Amino acid sequence: MRHLLSAADLSLDDALLVLDTATELATVTDRSVKKLPTLRGRTVVNLFFEDSTRTRISFEVAAKRLSADVINFAAKGSSVSKGESLKDTALTLEAMGADAVVVRHHASGAPHRLATAGWIGGSVVNAGDGTHEHPTQALLDAYTLRRHLRGGSGDLAGLRVAIVGDILHSRVARSNVLLLRTLGAEVTLVAPPTLMPFGVETWPCATGFDLDDALDGLDAVMMLRVQAERMHAAYFPSTAEYSRRYGIDARRLALMPEHAIVLHPGPMNRGMEISADVADSERAVMVEQVANGVSVRMAVLYLLLGGQKEGSP
Amino acid sequence: MDSDAPARAHVVLDDADIGRAVRRIAHEIVEKARGADSLVLLGIPTRGVALAERIARAVADIEGTDVPVGALDITLYRDDLRLRPARALEETTIPPAGIDERTVVLVDDVLFSGRSVRAALDALSDVGRPAAVRLAVLVDRGHRELPIRADYVGKNLPTSLAEDVRVELTEVDGVDRVSIWGEPR
Amino acid sequence: MSLVLRGVRPYGEEAVDLVVADGLIVEVAPAGTGDGRVLDADGLVALPGFVDLHTHLREPGREDAETVLSGSQAAALGGFTSVHAMANTDPVADTAGVVEQVWRLGQAAGLVDVRPVGAVTVGLGGERMAELGAMADCAAAVRVFSDDGKCVHDAVLMRRALEYVKAFDGVVAQHAQEPRLTEGAQMNEGALSGRLGLAGWPAVAEEAIIARDVLLAQHVGSRLQVGHVSTAGSVEVIRWAKGRGVDVTAEVTPHHLLLTEDLVASYDPVYKVNPPLRTAEDVAALRAALADGTIDAIATDHAPHPHEDKDCEWGAAAMGMLGLQTALGVAIETMVEPGLLSWRQLADRMSVTPARIGRVSTQGHDLVVGAVANITVIDPSARTVVEPTALASRSRNTPYAGRTLPGRVLHTLYAGTPTVLDGALA
Repeated sequence: MRHLLSAADLSLDDALLVLDTATELATVTDRSVKKLPTLRGRTVVNLFFEDSTRTRISFEVAAKRLSADVINFAAKGSSVSKGESLKDTALTLEAMGADAVVVRHHASGAPHRLATAGWIGGSVVNAGDGTHEHPTQALLDAYTLRRHLRGGSGDLAGLRVAIVGDILHSRVARSNVLLLRTLGAEVTLVAPPTLMPFGVETWPCATGFDLDDALDGLDAVMMLRVQAERMHAAYFPSTAEYSRRYGIDARRLALMPEHAIVLHPGPMNRGMEISADVADSERAVMVEQVANGVSVRMAVLYLLLGGQKEGSP
Repeated sequence: MDSDAPARAHVVLDDADIGRAVRRIAHEIVEKARGADSLVLLGIPTRGVALAERIARAVADIEGTDVPVGALDITLYRDDLRLRPARALEETTIPPAGIDERTVVLVDDVLFSGRSVRAALDALSDVGRPAAVRLAVLVDRGHRELPIRADYVGKNLPTSLAEDVRVELTEVDGVDRVSIWGEPR
Repeated sequence: MSLVLRGVRPYGEEAVDLVVADGLIVEVAPAGTGDGRVLDADGLVALPGFVDLHTHLREPGREDAETVLSGSQAAALGGFTSVHAMANTDPVADTAGVVEQVWRLGQAAGLVDVRPVGAVTVGLGGERMAELGAMADCAAAVRVFSDDGKCVHDAVLMRRALEYVKAFDGVVAQHAQEPRLTEGAQMNEGALSGRLGLAGWPAVAEEAIIARDVLLAQHVGSRLQVGHVSTAGSVEVIRWAKGRGVDVTAEVTPHHLLLTEDLVASYDPVYKVNPPLRTAEDVAALRAALADGTIDAIATDHAPHPHEDKDCEWGAAAMGMLGLQTALGVAIETMVEPGLLSWRQLADRMSVTPARIGRVSTQGHDLVVGAVANITVIDPSARTVVEPTALASRSRNTPYAGRTLPGRVLHTLYAGTPTVLDGALA
């Protein structure tokens, strides 16, 4: 594996390798010395064209635990905001000897372009591109599901997961549908029809418009952040109506089996897609998702950078 | 593997030899440590872990005490990571009582260049601070590249660099056997 | 002195000598008998010089992307003898002054008949009608009006423009794109756009405007030209309108006849174009419509962009593709070689009909005695690998780089004068 651009890049074996590696790396977090020498002398650049402190910090911690040198390059307050192009930024990073570029960009496909345009030679990790994909988020979600519902090993065969909310604009949903399917889970997307992507019927998952119907027999539900500004673009009439029809609350939590858990990629809109009591309940695993994000990103960086560079002798 | 084993394979230890070597190593460990109370055995995956468990059973037979056994994966500490594609990690299991102030015996199947042991010592220092670290190996085939020696050796096997020493253990390979492959001796 | 195209086959038919003098075809003689300076054209196909209804020459304003001269060179090398220069320049070609400037630059270049297109609305703003009459009356004698790049989406304004240009036999060429349905649109809306996370440009946004406009054109009795038709649904609407007697004509671009949206999965902006590449079903419908005459013409929508506007991420990239030097090859590959169009029909779609739509009286003549000698001579058996840096355009944004296209323009005669000889500028 040279880059991680899409969850579709991962075969079942690849996905299991990442998850198993993450499981081993998670033990580092429990040690007094939370550091491994593995990526000593390697440089990881966090290239963020969009604000995302959580994801950026998660990658930063992951890289530092593996002893990589980390450079944070944020679009705001840098030459990018003065009109420097993605290409020129990439050439600059290449000249500085970046071994991997972790990129967050508002344009779908920007990491793909970075990896294939010949601007840089290092690995590219997609940390979220536009409304396309966010593969490491899907990996940490799969890791969390596996830990809670499959004893922390193997695939997710037969697991029933619903992803609820703004599927149309969600890179998290796209990556999760692909990865969870690869791992054998059965995914149902639940959203108002206006927030379903065009052609969703060709995706490897089921779809539904009614949340109550979907909850029965689920092992996990993943709530997506819904931005209130979608209301003004006529995707739904009001936040109150959205919350009534597609928000998870205590009543809906009770419709799921007792073992079922609630995930959310964050940041949450309490009172919108998730009620405060559900967000704070023991069945909500958001805090753990954050911790697992570090392990999964360590695994990805190790697998991309830890070995011989692909193509070198 | 038996049927298609090339003729140039040459068995140097059989199951009885391996059993004797393990028991002798166990005796020496107990003797040198003056008992088994502060011992921890850490095997280097994969076959080192199986050997560590065998040595622990032998110690239990001798002393009547259970010695904690764990596994120490050294992949992330290796100095040859960049010479090969990234590889899957093996399990690391540190016994619940930890390793601080204990005598840790690292167990591996073959001692060769010494680089694996160097990596294991680095890994160990990130896990805790033992009172002492010893090294037990089933086979020492020579050709050290680092100033490292074993404290307990099952069998010294002088080899040429063109040869390959292969340790097989029932737990992993279905058979107990040490063989030398490559140039005829 | 006269010029003889020796042994050339007009429309791929019987070999003759075409004798040209004083800008006209003066004799169609038996092969080997014509008298004058001989241009060996043995076995080559002669067609009337191509007329492009849809070219972006970028001058004035974006001379880094293209100039009237470089665009004229690309046109001549592509076998064109006339191009219609779109109005979305800077300043916009919405006054007699700007269209005359473009026209004069075309005259100075002297390689093709550059016919400026006038903007329908001031500054392409879609709010106030530009001085269409002044542009029609000036030296440039504008007959085609278009806000291309933007849709004349206001129904009243469109109606008035359709009516107004009747006074000078003009035509409004509509860029059919419902703006609200295509806000931020990046590619064809379909399953692929959903997967790639790129905002969709739905077919209905084109079809709804075409449907409205054909009804308006019928209502006010005007003629309407539909630019770059890209969907099977649009073809159905146009076919329906023609069946009802609406005076509508339509064009299709070479790239919409060949390329499909699957190319977008590479996120390479060289495939970013407006309207976007569509599906294989759309491509098949467009080819069939061009064959049966529902679509009247091939127009390139040659849209040069400087390298930096394409060497970037998809979302930031400019829309458009080069087309002048590859149009013939694509037309042969998609229409002639599969047997959908004869050479004579290709001449109709690339020369005769576009000249008629644009009211260019000196272009699109049949290859007969007395015709203005605008002639393209083609080697139909040649195969050419498209090399972006070898193109005459100032820009390099061809989607066909590395692709082998059939046919090659060997000679182009513009009003009797060779502009291209043996595949190079004369």
